[in-house]
Amino acid sequence: MSAPTVLAPSAPAAPDIAVRPSWKAPIAFAVLALVALIAFGILGESGQTSTFGISTSSDAWQIDPLALSSQPVALGLSLVCVVVAAYAAWLVRAGHSVPMWLTVLFTIAFVLAFLVWAVAGEQISFTSLLQGALALSVPLVFGALSGVLCERAGVINIAIEGQLLAGAFLSAVVATLTGSLYVGLVAAVVAGLLVAFVLAVFAIKYIVNQIIVGVVLNVLVLGVTNFLYGQLLAPEAATWNSPGTLPRVEIPLLSEIPVIGPVLFEQTIIVYAMYVTVALVHVALFRTRWGLRVRAVGEHPKAADTLGIRVNTVRFRNVLLGGAVAGLGGAFFTLGNVGAFSREMSAGQGFIALAAMIFGRWSPLGALGAALLFGFANNLQSLLGIIGTPIPSEFMLMLPYILTIFAVAGLVGRVRAPAADGEPYVKS
Amino acid sequence: MTDPKPPVDVAEEPPAPRQETFFQRFMRELTGGSILVTILSVVLALLIGAVLIAASDPDVQDRADYFFSRPGDTLSAAWSAISDAYGALFTGSIIDIDEYTVGRALRPLAETATNAAPLIAAGLGVALAFRAGLFNIGAEGQIILGAILAGYVGFGWHLPTGLHLIVGVLAGIVGGAVWGGVVGLLKARTGAHEVIVTIMLNYVARFLIAYLLTTTAFQRPGASNPVSPIVDDSAQLPRFFDDSRLHLGFVLVILAAFGVWWLLERSTMGFEFRAVGANPNAARTAGMSVSRTYVWVMLLAGGLAGLAGVMQVLGTERYLTSGISAGIGFDAITVALLGRASPWGTVAAGLLFGALRAGGVPMQASTGTPIDIIVVIQSLIVLFIAAPPLVRAIFRVPVRSAGQPVAGLQRGWGA
Repeated sequence: MSAPTVLAPSAPAAPDIAVRPSWKAPIAFAVLALVALIAFGILGESGQTSTFGISTSSDAWQIDPLALSSQPVALGLSLVCVVVAAYAAWLVRAGHSVPMWLTVLFTIAFVLAFLVWAVAGEQISFTSLLQGALALSVPLVFGALSGVLCERAGVINIAIEGQLLAGAFLSAVVATLTGSLYVGLVAAVVAGLLVAFVLAVFAIKYIVNQIIVGVVLNVLVLGVTNFLYGQLLAPEAATWNSPGTLPRVEIPLLSEIPVIGPVLFEQTIIVYAMYVTVALVHVALFRTRWGLRVRAVGEHPKAADTLGIRVNTVRFRNVLLGGAVAGLGGAFFTLGNVGAFSREMSAGQGFIALAAMIFGRWSPLGALGAALLFGFANNLQSLLGIIGTPIPSEFMLMLPYILTIFAVAGLVGRVRAPAADGEPYVKS
Repeated sequence: MTDPKPPVDVAEEPPAPRQETFFQRFMRELTGGSILVTILSVVLALLIGAVLIAASDPDVQDRADYFFSRPGDTLSAAWSAISDAYGALFTGSIIDIDEYTVGRALRPLAETATNAAPLIAAGLGVALAFRAGLFNIGAEGQIILGAILAGYVGFGWHLPTGLHLIVGVLAGIVGGAVWGGVVGLLKARTGAHEVIVTIMLNYVARFLIAYLLTTTAFQRPGASNPVSPIVDDSAQLPRFFDDSRLHLGFVLVILAAFGVWWLLERSTMGFEFRAVGANPNAARTAGMSVSRTYVWVMLLAGGLAGLAGVMQVLGTERYLTSGISAGIGFDAITVALLGRASPWGTVAAGLLFGALRAGGVPMQASTGTPIDIIVVIQSLIVLFIAAPPLVRAIFRVPVRSAGQPVAGLQRGWGA
């Protein structure tokens, strides 16, 4: 007889979560499609051609550059945007939510329309555009994966920036001292692990606010690397800071494919490690018992604990794992790209990686996509800066950040963090 | 008949088991820790800094090669490296006893105050947000926006003396408040996490100022590098002494600290801030509007950071550069943490960090120790303060003072 009275008060506690699909995505699509239609299509200069180089000079098969008539093509692509926006609106009206592939399709059409419009009367190499984009994305992908590994287990990792920087620093120093680039790679992993270890001890053992520890660790790593750079690396670069770069490894056959080959399969070992890591993390997180446990710890630690999972042990391991991944990503700055460490080398990439992780909705593949998008936007910006565009480069640089604000504000679909993200678990 | 009430209460409890949220726990650590832990944290940070200085000193490294035959050599070299660096830090920030007149001897102290003023202002912004349960990492961007607007009024408008300065200061505060208010609004309306939004807005602000300084409205005529014209005399914060940069901003910032103290401890709005910070659900149940509090607290926090931008552009630097914020927004976070999110604690922490900043420059110039050691020391201080058990364990301080229930924050509620 007491049962109904127990149930009654809990009724209003259930809000209408995800019952009605949101109109935000169709509205955002419509606004952007209108911008594309008017700015890139109707107001675009007529009679210009946009030329995209496809092959690099070293390719086995040469393909002629693709010359497109700017205005009609931009108009066509923006019409695709309009159609997608209309379809999204129809879907929402019919009570469905907007699927991911539609968002991806819209993004591609919008970016291509923009590209055709911006390159009007000029020529850019499509392959080098993508190559540069990948190079800029690599640290972002590693950083975002580090974030995914930590936050899926319920620990917020703001210290990605510090882990990347520590990896870049230690890999350069150790590779120079030992003369071996591969020992340098191991050192990068160790550096990321060290930063992650401090994060884990403070966040999990001492239960300090995870965001505070992360912010402070970033500053600490920045300070220590700058200090040692000023004391040792800058005055005596030969002994401390001349590691050189890893060789590019061409994968037979695959590297012969036009466009894709030179972009994806003529890379350093770090980039190949990135492909493997993304795949591994995705499969491990969503297809294995280990992943199920990690996600349980991140979503509902108490339930996980009840089932005999040691919550804080899982968290500790995952934070360390994330640190190792981010540290390896940091090595890309020095060993994979520049060949020497310089002050503040990570330059805020850790925070963009954080943004990519959120934008990718805490999933490895999503984070990969977001990181590639951010890298593409960044590289596009520098490329368009060379040929000269109507848009100031600073606004292009703002793009990833503004997109992220939109994403967390829920203007582009729903993003939801793991339920116990940032909450320490204290066994009661 | 049986009374239905007790089972209801029991059944309602499980969905909200966290009596103390993460943030509250953190605030308790922050406000409840002893002064002793603070002092020990500073000492520990300085010790680690000393180890770094000694280990990276070329002279010490040379002598360490024969450490086992003559260890005294290494140790004396290490001692001289450390004492030189910290000595220069002291004379650069507190008092220079080698100078002959009192005014010149105390000039380092004035430089400390000059450096401390914007740190305190921005730190107050971060601390205020803390008290309402918000983590404002965006002081950097808010400073930039404040500096942009104050600077533009300063060199772009030409108003009568007196009025010009007032309009300039207000414009800067409004600039910062808008940049902060956006965060509060997004948090209130959409639940967007303020940490992410503020980090992102910092970058947006940085690119915005970089862009503005290339436009004709902002770039100094004839200049090839991105700097603005110098602000009019009538818009500059007046300086107190001839041979020091110390300006009226320091007085403004002490007034601001008093204002924040009054707001938090004496006003209804401040009570709501603290209530929301202590427990948003309870505050909502008590009839307070949590979303309105978020918007207000971020407006005020942004305004305080904007004031820091005002001091940078109208007081210390007197023209805009893309580096006008000088990392003050990030130091402000550590200042607020060190000050345990209380107004006067923030003033004290701001003075300490201002001294480290002021002393760092002459230290680097005279001993060659990179100024970055300051950043290391600052971040270590905060790291240790954030984890009192660690410091207690290192120094074997008894835990007796630790378990004290809640000074300050939660007390607001009931008893």
